Amino acid sequence: MERSSALIGSIFLLISISCLINPISAAASGSGEGYSIAGRVKLDNFVTKGFGLGHSPKLSETKVILNGGQRTTFVRPDGYFSFHDVPAGTHLIEVSSIGYLFSPVRVDISARNPGKIQAALTENRRALNELVLEPMKDEQYYEIREPFSMLSLVKSPMGLMIGFMVLVMFVFPKMMDGVDPEEMRQAQEQMREHGIPSISNLVAGRS
Amino acid sequence: MEARFLLGFLLLLSLSSFAFAIYEDQVGLADWHKRYIGKVKHAVFHTQKTGRRRVVVSTEENAIASLDLRTGDILWRHVLGKNDAVDQIGLSLGKYVLTLSSQGSVLRAWNLPDGQMVWETDLQISNPSNSFLHVLGNVKSGRDSLSLVCNGGSIRAVSSIDGLVVWKKDLSIDGLKLKHVFQPPESDTIYAIGFIDSSLIALYHINAKTGELLKHATQASSVDLSSEISAISSDSLVALDTSRSNLLLIKFMAGTITNHKLPLSDIVQDFSGLAELIPTKSNDIFVVKTPSNVAFIKVKGDNEIELIGKADEAGIVSDSLTLSEEEQAFAVVHHSNNAISLQVRINGREALTEGIKIEDHRGHVKRVFLNNYVRTDKSHGFRALIVMEDESLLLMQQGEVVWSREDGLASISDAVVAELPVEKEGGVSVVEVEHTLLEWLKGHMLKLKGTLMLSTPDDMAAIQAMHLKSTERNKMTRDHNGFRKLIIVLTRSGKVYALHTGDGRIVWAHLLTPLLQSESCPSPSVLTLRNWRVPHRKALQENPSILLVGRCGAGPESHGFLFIVDSYSGKVLETQILDHSIAEVVPLPLADSSEQKLHLVIDDKLNAHLYPRGSDALEVFVREMANMYYYKVENAKEVIKGYAFKKGCSTGSSAYCFGTRELWSVVFPSDSERIVATARRKINEVVHTQAKIMTNQDVMYKYITKNILFVATVSPKAAGGIGSAAPDDAWLVAYLIDTVTGRILHRVTHQGAQGPVHAVVSENWVVYHYFNLRAHRYEMTVIEIYDQSRADNKDVMKLVLGKHNLTAPITSYSRPEIATKSQSYFFTHSVKAIAVTTTARGITSKQILIGTIGDQVLALDKRYLDPRRTANPSQEEKEEGIIPLTDTLPIIPQSYVTHTRQVGDLRGIMSFPANLESTTHVFSYGIDLFYTRIAPSRTYDSLTDEFSYVLLLITVVVLIVAILVTWAMSQKKDLQEKWR
Repeated sequence: MERSSALIGSIFLLISISCLINPISAAASGSGEGYSIAGRVKLDNFVTKGFGLGHSPKLSETKVILNGGQRTTFVRPDGYFSFHDVPAGTHLIEVSSIGYLFSPVRVDISARNPGKIQAALTENRRALNELVLEPMKDEQYYEIREPFSMLSLVKSPMGLMIGFMVLVMFVFPKMMDGVDPEEMRQAQEQMREHGIPSISNLVAGRS
Repeated sequence: MEARFLLGFLLLLSLSSFAFAIYEDQVGLADWHKRYIGKVKHAVFHTQKTGRRRVVVSTEENAIASLDLRTGDILWRHVLGKNDAVDQIGLSLGKYVLTLSSQGSVLRAWNLPDGQMVWETDLQISNPSNSFLHVLGNVKSGRDSLSLVCNGGSIRAVSSIDGLVVWKKDLSIDGLKLKHVFQPPESDTIYAIGFIDSSLIALYHINAKTGELLKHATQASSVDLSSEISAISSDSLVALDTSRSNLLLIKFMAGTITNHKLPLSDIVQDFSGLAELIPTKSNDIFVVKTPSNVAFIKVKGDNEIELIGKADEAGIVSDSLTLSEEEQAFAVVHHSNNAISLQVRINGREALTEGIKIEDHRGHVKRVFLNNYVRTDKSHGFRALIVMEDESLLLMQQGEVVWSREDGLASISDAVVAELPVEKEGGVSVVEVEHTLLEWLKGHMLKLKGTLMLSTPDDMAAIQAMHLKSTERNKMTRDHNGFRKLIIVLTRSGKVYALHTGDGRIVWAHLLTPLLQSESCPSPSVLTLRNWRVPHRKALQENPSILLVGRCGAGPESHGFLFIVDSYSGKVLETQILDHSIAEVVPLPLADSSEQKLHLVIDDKLNAHLYPRGSDALEVFVREMANMYYYKVENAKEVIKGYAFKKGCSTGSSAYCFGTRELWSVVFPSDSERIVATARRKINEVVHTQAKIMTNQDVMYKYITKNILFVATVSPKAAGGIGSAAPDDAWLVAYLIDTVTGRILHRVTHQGAQGPVHAVVSENWVVYHYFNLRAHRYEMTVIEIYDQSRADNKDVMKLVLGKHNLTAPITSYSRPEIATKSQSYFFTHSVKAIAVTTTARGITSKQILIGTIGDQVLALDKRYLDPRRTANPSQEEKEEGIIPLTDTLPIIPQSYVTHTRQVGDLRGIMSFPANLESTTHVFSYGIDLFYTRIAPSRTYDSLTDEFSYVLLLITVVVLIVAILVTWAMSQKKDLQEKWR
């Protein structure tokens, strides 16, 4: 059967007041059974940083998924994609692109008003004038190594140990200096009597 | 109390780390990723140009890929949607790969070098049926070339540059099925030949540039035509009749059609049975495959044919390969025992025969694709791409297997874990120790440089390489931490592989079904595998083994079989064809005296057969039979039934056969509910404690039972996919059912929600994922169940007087009062699979492993799915680690366990414990495999690989120096004091 040439007409979602040459948006071509959803994935504004060696994200690996896997399509080099023969109703479009987080998009195709399509991001309920999907943010899958700093070394348990040693070595003698030598001797005598060996004596191997 | 402190400590520890994360240089340290393509069904070689030689393939996993012909590596690969099966592939303009998919309704072009999709055209075919693609070689309207897609009675010409439909011709004749399109060289006319209702032959002349119908003719055929044809030259083709014993030679010249019937028995002497035509392209030769041999037949003049060659054994024949105007080659492959012989025939004459030894676990040859290359002496050399029964792919050239790919691993259907052998004590030479010590020191120096950020890129690479080749992780023996294990997987083809967790290599592989193939078992297929013997106490000297269960035929009533396979070596220990069918295999938590696990095989008449067959197994089972229950979910009838076992079965008098007795049934109203998902706890999950301490020092008791079944039903209108139901027509009901008594513990309805539902049950909670139509977002809900009957055990007096029920066992026979807590959150992505981490003792906090639509695995802390979350947690609650409530679950990129990798077409996630409590293994499979180890609360029980021993050494040295210095100083001071 000759399929009806009745492309009832491309009704753009919004009559874009555009200085754009190509104001493509969610366009519906109504024909007997279904409508078309066309849109564009835009990655250019996102510069990837900290991504895996030799794993720069590619547009060729970007998939567009309708209704959680009912249909899958890929994007063209210019970022455009389309689904054909989609029945009227409310649909969900997801973009899978490694390195980016995309919000799923709710797409309403009106049954009463053939060809009328509305789209909104589900994550933040922002309505889309045209179906241009941009990542919400880029994703870094690896922890970033802190650059080497003295502070981090000092903060580590071993650093703290060394720090304490230094403190004991240099600050305690200073504190001792403040003490009257006579008192000091007395205190040491006392200690000896009580049988508490001083560290220096212990190390020196005398008592 | 101790546990409580421990838990608190763990919480404190884990507080510091919300996400599992690795550094970039740790990639490959604990994880591995393997990419596959699946069983190849089409292959197109691209070898003409200088540069990289490649072969483009499409597979039964709906993948298309470009493989390097030298190494077999994947240059690029795309996995199409699950309803988007590839019908045909072709090359156009030497730089595009064309794929026709979805029963001929979608045509896509891919850039050959990098796999970028260039264009996609929806052909808007009204009745999808057998379509075919024909790339026109020499129509050049401008510099474009056209591709024709024929479907039934319509032809579409698509521009190869941009995918636009240049012209479209609907021949609008009922019953017309176009069979062949061709274009004579240097001509603007396309000839299209088709059959109308298997009795008329129709010929159409079409202008290649405009699609205008120039001429057409029809002719009644003398026989009933089948669908198989073979085009043999520019003006003739051969068809088979419906009885598959007569050939019809059709000639069309100058607008007229003649046909001539030729009985096959005239040409092939000992012909009997059904013949098959091998599609060919041209040159007056065609190939007929009969049950006993392969015949090469040449057409001579008008209506005369001659047998020019015969391959005696029925082999696998490739498509024809045109070498030149005159010459055409076929490959015929035979398989016997463990050898393949490849025969290349040019114009039916034998040109080359090569034999090759092959591992016997690959089975028979299934498909072969032939390609040629020109040698330096201008003669033809041949290479053949061979698809085997186990779905592996081999490239054969000059009598050698150049490379092989284990693509059977792309279709894993089941997996279990097995231990490796215990290490044998043995001496270690001094040289080895010295060497390893030196290596060790060197490695740590490099690592130190790494941590101090002083290392050059070369050093980084050296560190990486050192990690990867570390022999420790690839040893074939058990280790103390339980990091090295075997993952035993079953694939669709029935092949069993054992993979090493260290690097994912195949330790052994076996294709078991050919062992069974016999009259009593015509088409064996393996259904599932289970651990059969896991020795730990009594039978330590025995090797662990696994059980494989399958069916001999396609129907549910066909007889079953079982194999017992040694998991160290893959050796088959026992084979048995059963005298009953197999509906389900129920592993029991019992074992006989030799540590063989008891299994009940339920047949289609609901009898239970006990395995292993042994008197002590029977004794163990009969003793426990009164406490054994079985439930069955009948999806079609929307019923769940519970059964108990009784002695004596309906079909025989075997002592090992038991009957079942229906105890309860839960019937869902079929006009308002459809079962879409069920889930239950893992049988071997370990729970550390029943008590849960609330912030106000209250104790809640988890209701922990192994008999909990989660069932989700949706309204019939919402049973389709998203986009098919309105919010008012959709609801989802979640049930928690006790499988012993049939008691519905909890029931909750989500209005405006629909499937797909993915659920996971663990300890006392269930988490499920579904779609909320009102908000048009995915949602996840957690339900936690608590035992109220134990709640009043807090009274100290009661505890002192012994009036508590803490020691009472948890049993389904009593009906404790239960309380549930529940909370729902939005979740951004669609989910393909869901699982939960399991650890050896169940102390470590849990993470939920979510396979997202992007084929990644996300580890989401269970604390995000805690019903106690509130918008403004109090200070105490914050200290306990309760996260402020948000409406959406966060997706932290660092908590993707797959980091930058994707597990193509993700289907399953499996988590199994290591011996180290903090660590769990995660294995996820789809077309690809990905394995890693994760520590949901960080590795609190061992030093990580990151631990810098050199820094420790330096610290110790510094401390010793400091001690010496202080000693010297104090001596000096002492001396000074004495002089004073």
